[in-house]
Amino acid sequence: MSAAPTPASQRHSRRTKLEEAILPPVVALLLAVVVGDLLILAFGQAPGAVYRLLLEGTWGNWYGLGQVLYKATTLTFTGLAVGYAMRAGLFNIGAEGQLAAGGFAAALVGLALPAGLPWIAVLPVYVVAAILGGGLVGFVPGILRAKFGAHEVITTIMLNYIVLALLAYVVSAHLHVPETLHTEAIASGLLPRLVDISSVFRGSAANATIVLAAAAAALAWWILFRTRRGYELRATGLQPEAAEYGAVHVGRVWWQAMLVSGALAGLGGLNYVIGYKGYYEEGFAAGSGFLGIAVALVGRNHPAGIVVAALLFATLSQGGLAVNALVPKQMVDVLQAVVILAIATAVPEVRRLLRVARRTGDR
Amino acid sequence: MTVASSMPASTQRAGAARVAVRMTDIRKAFGDCIANAGASLEVATGEIHALVGENGAGKSTLMRTLAGLYAPNGGTVEVNGSDVTGWSTKEAIAAGVGMVHQHFMLVPTLTVAENLTLGSEPVRGIQLDRAAAEAATRELSERTGLRVEAARKVSSLSVGELQRVEILKALYRGARVLILDEPTAVLSPPEVQELWTVLRRLREDGGTIILITHKLDEVMAISDTITVMQLGRTVARLRTAETTPREIARAMVGRDVSLALDALSAPAPSSIAGTGGAHTLLSVRDLRVSTPMRERAVDGVSFDIAAGEILGIAGVEGNGQTELIEAIAGLRPAGSGRVMLRGSDAGEHDLLSLDVRHRGDAGLSHIPEDRHHRGLVLDYTVAENLILGRQHHFSRGAALDHDRIAANAAEQIAAFDVRPRDPATPARALSGGNQQKVVIAREMGRDFQVLLATQPTRGVDVGAIEFIHQRLRDARAAGKAILLVSADLAEILALSDRIAVMYRGRLVTILPRSEASAEKLGPYMTGAESAGGGPTAPAT
Amino acid sequence: MLTLAFLAQTFRIAIPYLFASAGGVVSERVGLIALTLEGYLLGGAFCAILGTEMSGSPWVGVVAGMAGGAALALLYAVCAIRFKANQVIVGVAINLLVIGLTRFFLRLFYDSSSNSPRVEGFTVEQSGTGFVALAQNPLVWLGIVAVVTLGWMLYRTRFGLRIRAVGEHPQAAASVGVPVDRIRYLAAALSGAVAALGGVYLALDQHQFTDGMSAGRGFIALAAVIFGRWDPARVALACFLFAAAETLQIQLQGAQAIPSQFVEMIPYALTIVALATVVGRTAAPAALGKTAEQ
Repeated sequence: MSAAPTPASQRHSRRTKLEEAILPPVVALLLAVVVGDLLILAFGQAPGAVYRLLLEGTWGNWYGLGQVLYKATTLTFTGLAVGYAMRAGLFNIGAEGQLAAGGFAAALVGLALPAGLPWIAVLPVYVVAAILGGGLVGFVPGILRAKFGAHEVITTIMLNYIVLALLAYVVSAHLHVPETLHTEAIASGLLPRLVDISSVFRGSAANATIVLAAAAAALAWWILFRTRRGYELRATGLQPEAAEYGAVHVGRVWWQAMLVSGALAGLGGLNYVIGYKGYYEEGFAAGSGFLGIAVALVGRNHPAGIVVAALLFATLSQGGLAVNALVPKQMVDVLQAVVILAIATAVPEVRRLLRVARRTGDR
Repeated sequence: MTVASSMPASTQRAGAARVAVRMTDIRKAFGDCIANAGASLEVATGEIHALVGENGAGKSTLMRTLAGLYAPNGGTVEVNGSDVTGWSTKEAIAAGVGMVHQHFMLVPTLTVAENLTLGSEPVRGIQLDRAAAEAATRELSERTGLRVEAARKVSSLSVGELQRVEILKALYRGARVLILDEPTAVLSPPEVQELWTVLRRLREDGGTIILITHKLDEVMAISDTITVMQLGRTVARLRTAETTPREIARAMVGRDVSLALDALSAPAPSSIAGTGGAHTLLSVRDLRVSTPMRERAVDGVSFDIAAGEILGIAGVEGNGQTELIEAIAGLRPAGSGRVMLRGSDAGEHDLLSLDVRHRGDAGLSHIPEDRHHRGLVLDYTVAENLILGRQHHFSRGAALDHDRIAANAAEQIAAFDVRPRDPATPARALSGGNQQKVVIAREMGRDFQVLLATQPTRGVDVGAIEFIHQRLRDARAAGKAILLVSADLAEILALSDRIAVMYRGRLVTILPRSEASAEKLGPYMTGAESAGGGPTAPAT
Repeated sequence: MLTLAFLAQTFRIAIPYLFASAGGVVSERVGLIALTLEGYLLGGAFCAILGTEMSGSPWVGVVAGMAGGAALALLYAVCAIRFKANQVIVGVAINLLVIGLTRFFLRLFYDSSSNSPRVEGFTVEQSGTGFVALAQNPLVWLGIVAVVTLGWMLYRTRFGLRIRAVGEHPQAAASVGVPVDRIRYLAAALSGAVAALGGVYLALDQHQFTDGMSAGRGFIALAAVIFGRWDPARVALACFLFAAAETLQIQLQGAQAIPSQFVEMIPYALTIVALATVVGRTAAPAALGKTAEQ
């Protein structure tokens, strides 16, 4: 119906692609700021003061920065998990349980190891354990979808409850240190902390898992955009019927994607278990799995965007603690949900508005 | 509908030549797509009016604007003298303008009566009055001669019955202006004749009918007047009695075009080039496929295709052609049977034991019937789409070989004249014809022995149709075997060496081209004839 | 095992499922995926407590709960219909939003991070847990009425027919002048209000709101909707089935020292089994989840 695009409009369409990618997160964050203002005012505080305190408590001092980096590490893993699955057309709402399972698996291994081994030697073992733990929990919804068509949205949500309850039982029945909710301390291969590099980071939980997170993001990017498997996975997410026609085993792509997704989330567990506390503790995930959904959305399911979004949400999370004296940190819970809602609505709306603007511009 | 008077219909019409519908300079765009760019139309009361144009000319959009589904961006719509521009479907229906859509607008889980009365359901108090709805349905069905069962679920009806329900739906709401969008696309020749009878009856009762079609033989057979559209605007207005198919076609396309229409009337001499002693490249034996909807979707089909031969399968859509092709291509499991392919190495490949990728490697190519869902990943670039299904051959280890992909893209784009030439263009941005060329470049621009071509020119402009037809003939000349499935009988007759008809999952006949014609094939397409010889009871 | 006490306990557990799944059926039949049932339950519970606490009357709480549910449902509908956002993502977001908002307002109004003050409900403490106590709770009767009424509405009224048409083939409905979006919004509001009553029941039965008190019941209700193949009668039966399994496990737990965590797991495990056996969603309304297309 319309004329074929010219080279000039090629550049034009590439710019629009960028606009369509960047604008929705910007809109969503602006909306979050507005809602944040309302909530702050409801508590009788001044938004300006609160935001200043937030920034000071996060990027304004070394401890805060360390905490932001620590939280961003976990969020990078869960964001990658959700984003990777989303690229295959799957909704992984189970990152919370996968994260816990990965951390728990690492803790089990750690408790079994003899004391005093250097972390360089033991790290691969921990990594494998976390991948297996998280991967198994991700695999189940994946295979159910592939074989039975059971929608993974609900099965992942259900598994969250099941896995967390199961882990709670195991810890409380067998492994916990009395009067606490955590296991014994692991004696081998705990990762170096940032504070070991420079004492300005004293007190913060940031540790070498940061490097793992960056490596995971790079690896995810390479798989998705440079390999044949990634080509098939993205095609499956875009148009499963076309992928099937294109010699792709769609069912296999699905469960493999969920396996990888679960593994990515599981790796996030290392951050707490061998990077920070040195033991597995019930509830350590603390919502990072669900936040991963927001991170993936804001990051537009692209590994680079996910890293940026993870830093953003980590700032928000740490900032909530910093301003807790003025406004309850629960405000952050609300803002996170507002961001997800805003992004989900902004993406199609921005696309529609850009189309209208382009048409009137063309006249 | 009023009872026809004793005066002959033509005199009636001459005396009461009021304008039922006048659309002037209509403009309508959807995002980037400009569907109507100054389209006009004028239809007198009691006329059967044909609205013709190629795929994408804007006919459906124009009529949907008339029916109230869209509001135009510019221009005016007048019905019976009143300006109704931008009215809603509800207002249009109330004013007696009803549309029967190409893709049926019926809710499958509801009954015929419920579908008929939806939007104006009879009620008793706050409850639905099911009996009243069914009674009204039966009464209308009897009055117009459009036979349906009021209490049956729509999901269980045949295509012909569905269309009857759609027409009844419009008439139930008092339609005096009836718009039909490509109504014969899903009908066999005898059913088409039945439809003409119904339309003529409606015309005698004083109704006005607008028929959207791109089939010129139908235009000549049934219409009184014609509007021709091209690229969103009206380019000609003609009286059927005073024009010829050639003239209409020239108006549609803007140049003289050799018509496949000629192939319909006179059987051409068979032209099987260079197949003397040809090998069988594809052999299908007793293939059975079942689906959740139908247990015998493909019911024991057998045929061979030799090198340098095109076997065309004619038949109304929905008789198992889709399932047959999907089973051979590997997109659907076969229940039983054998499919053997002779590869370029002269080895025999048992296709049913291979997955899609290995069937392709053995030498099978497949042009799917729906390029938007199957044939292309619309958000991928042209270069990425050109390796779809062949990505294993463009990899080095785990990674994709981007150099080879780019080289392949450049080569195919040039060879098949895909526009625009930029391989990084998303497939979504291409026109229908160019999208189809990408699919064809991919499937025919590689080494293959057997090609499954399903609806290869659907939704494609005339220039591209010629290109694609020529490529198919070239492949045949090069000794390939082609299985052609098309709902366009003219296309089948123009290209095939042998023609099979598929009905209810079986091949009811296979004729050489020299013996085939529309009149001959029609009865097989409706099941009135079968290969066993002698007519069987016609299907409802 | 099939004692009166068992039946009464089952019934008691089933009530929130009945409300939530009834709302779920209406929502999914009109084409809106009912992931938000969890949010409607939690939101309804909180609004009920808020309304009761501020006015002193539990009936005000009921109305407040329904209003809260309807408001959430309309938010969902607007995002999905007007803005064409992906229904799954919006659904998850709304559930998270309700969790966040209830926590925030718990701090703001009641200065607590876990529960609200206690309020009067419909049940009096002394009446025990048998059928007598249930019969005294007007919400129980409301629940039965709601399930029956919604079923009747879906199949015997104009509105119900249109809901079904919109959820199967909205273009067909639009082509005959049915106001598709208006039907969707009305159905959404109805589903939110009815589902929220499940939360109202929970909160008033426990006489307070606690953080996260819906505890995944909304997802179990959604499983009942799927298990019952979107038919109100079968869905209600599924609710009773799930409730009976829960009651069974609770009784076993007391008798044979099965750890409490395993009791918690059972409804979720049952849900997964249900989904794996109802081969995909082949009986689902055809236009379910498709407000974002076109």
